[in-house]
Amino acid sequence: MTGVVVAGAGQAAAQLAISLRQRGYSGPITLIGDEEHLPYERPPLSKEYLAGDLAEESLQLRPATFWLDRGVDVRTGVAVTAIDRARRSVELSDGRCLSYRHLVLATGAEPRRLDFPGATLAGVHMLRTRNDARAIRAVLRTPCDVVVSGAGFVGLEAAAVACRLGNRVTVVERLERAMGRVVTRFTADHVVDQHRRHGTDFRFGDAVVSAVPDPQGRLAAVRTASGAELRCRLLLVGAGVSPRTALAEAAGLPVDDGILVDERLRTADPAISAIGDCARFPSPFADGWRVRLESVQNAVDQARYVADGIVGAGGVYAAVPWFWTVQHGLRLQIAGLVQGHDMAVTRGSVADGAFSVFCFAGGRLVGVESVDRPADHMVARGLLAGEHDVTPEIAADPAVDLKAYRPRPSHTGDRASQNSAPRHAV
Amino acid sequence: MPKITYVSADGDLHVVDVPIGTSVMRGAVGTGIDGIVAECGGNAMCATCHVYVPAEHAASLPEMTAVEDEMLECTVAERRATSRLSCQLRITEGLDGLVVRLPEAQE
Repeated sequence: MTGVVVAGAGQAAAQLAISLRQRGYSGPITLIGDEEHLPYERPPLSKEYLAGDLAEESLQLRPATFWLDRGVDVRTGVAVTAIDRARRSVELSDGRCLSYRHLVLATGAEPRRLDFPGATLAGVHMLRTRNDARAIRAVLRTPCDVVVSGAGFVGLEAAAVACRLGNRVTVVERLERAMGRVVTRFTADHVVDQHRRHGTDFRFGDAVVSAVPDPQGRLAAVRTASGAELRCRLLLVGAGVSPRTALAEAAGLPVDDGILVDERLRTADPAISAIGDCARFPSPFADGWRVRLESVQNAVDQARYVADGIVGAGGVYAAVPWFWTVQHGLRLQIAGLVQGHDMAVTRGSVADGAFSVFCFAGGRLVGVESVDRPADHMVARGLLAGEHDVTPEIAADPAVDLKAYRPRPSHTGDRASQNSAPRHAV
Repeated sequence: MPKITYVSADGDLHVVDVPIGTSVMRGAVGTGIDGIVAECGGNAMCATCHVYVPAEHAASLPEMTAVEDEMLECTVAERRATSRLSCQLRITEGLDGLVVRLPEAQE
C-alpha cells in the first residue's frame, strides 16, 4: 500500500505526520531526513540550546516512542535523491525506492555559503543544524572574541548568547541596519540598542572579506571591506539561507528561490506538495504575490493545511504569518508581513521597552511588531485574520481596548474569505 | 519521575511520567495528548498550551511571570483563576501528583 512520503524530517515534516494521524489518516507515512536526528526544533539552536540551557530531549519535537506508536516511519541519515513522477516513486541515498500516493517536499533550507578567502578555516561556523550548534557552543564555553557576520535573526540571537556567556562580540552587517528583511527600522534599532547596552559592537555598512589564520591554521582574525582587522577565535556567518530546491528542479518542477506552489501548496504536479522553508506560495498577506517564509508558524500551518488536503478537506491556504525572536531577554513578536507598509504608529511605551508598531499599507493593517507586549501580538493575529475597523488613529490610542475590535466574519470571494479559510481543531 | 495527570475536556485521564527539568507541556506533547498544541515549542509565544490547575495544586506551581499573565489573556478557551500555560510549569519533584485539566480548544 502506498502512502504519504515526506522528503525532509524537520518541523514541517513532523507536523504533517502528526496532523495526518490526528485527522484519522491510517495509511503509511514515511519521513526521510538527511540528518541523523529525529525531528527536532530549530529555534532553540540559536537561543537556549546554544547557551547549554536546554536538555537534548527537550529539543526533540517528539520522543522516538511517539513515532513508533503512531506507525510513522522516520528514516534518519537518508536523503531523497530523485523523484520519478511518472511512477510516483522516490529514490533514496541508501539505494532503496519508495512509492507514494502523495509526496510532500519539506526539504527546508541551508545556510548561504560565502566564498571569501579563509571561509573554510577552523573557527568559521554556520548555524543551521543541531550539530552546528554543538560545535559553536564548544567554542563559546571558553570566552573569546567572536565576530558575527550578518545581523539577521539567527546572527543576533547567537550574538546575544555569545555575549551572555562572556564572549566579546562584534556584529558586522552589510546594510546600515539590522534584520533588514522582516522588521521595521524603528524596531530593529531598538533591538540593536539592547545589544549595545550589553557591550556588543556593531559595524554597519561593512562586510567580512577574508578570514586570517594563525600559524596553526586556525582562525585568528577577519578583515572587513572597510579595512578593519578584527581579532576573533570564532566567526559565525549568518548570511541567510537558500531553499533546498535541487530535488524538485531535477524532477522538472518549477522553482524560483523556492519550490513554486499554488494557493493549495501544490507544485505543478498535483501529487506533490511543498511546505515550510523550501516553498514559495501566493500569500493574501502579500497581495497574492508569492512569498517564502522561514518560520515555525509557516512550517506548522502549511503542514496542517496539506494534511487537511490529503484527507479531503478544501479551502485555500491563508494562515496569518507570525514570527518571534528573543535577544537579551527582549521578546519581539511579529504578526503579518510589514515589508510593504507605508506608515506606522506605536502603541505602548518605547522608553519602557514595551511597545508595538502597527504597520499600515494604504490604510490597511498589514503587520504588527510587539516588543514585550504579547497581548498586542495576539490581538494583531486576530485582526489580520479578517476584516476590521482598526485605523492608525485607533491603534495609537492607548485608551482604546483593541480586543474589542474583533474581525468580522468573511463574505464570499474577497480577501477576507481567503483569510478565514476553514481551519480544523487540532 | 513525577507523575502528571492530564484530564481532557471530555474527561479522559492520561497519567504520564514526566522527566524533571522538562515541563507539563512536554509531558503532554511527548505522549501525544492532543489537547495541548504548544506551537511555539515552549516559549510562551502562542498560548496554545493552556491548562487549568485545580486550586489545591496551585501552591506547588512556579509563580506566574508577567508574560505568561498577558498571554493568558489571549487563550481561545475562557481564562479562569486556575489558568496557566503548561510550558511555563517546569517539572520538579514537588509537582509529583499534579492534575491539570485541558480546555475545550487551544486555537
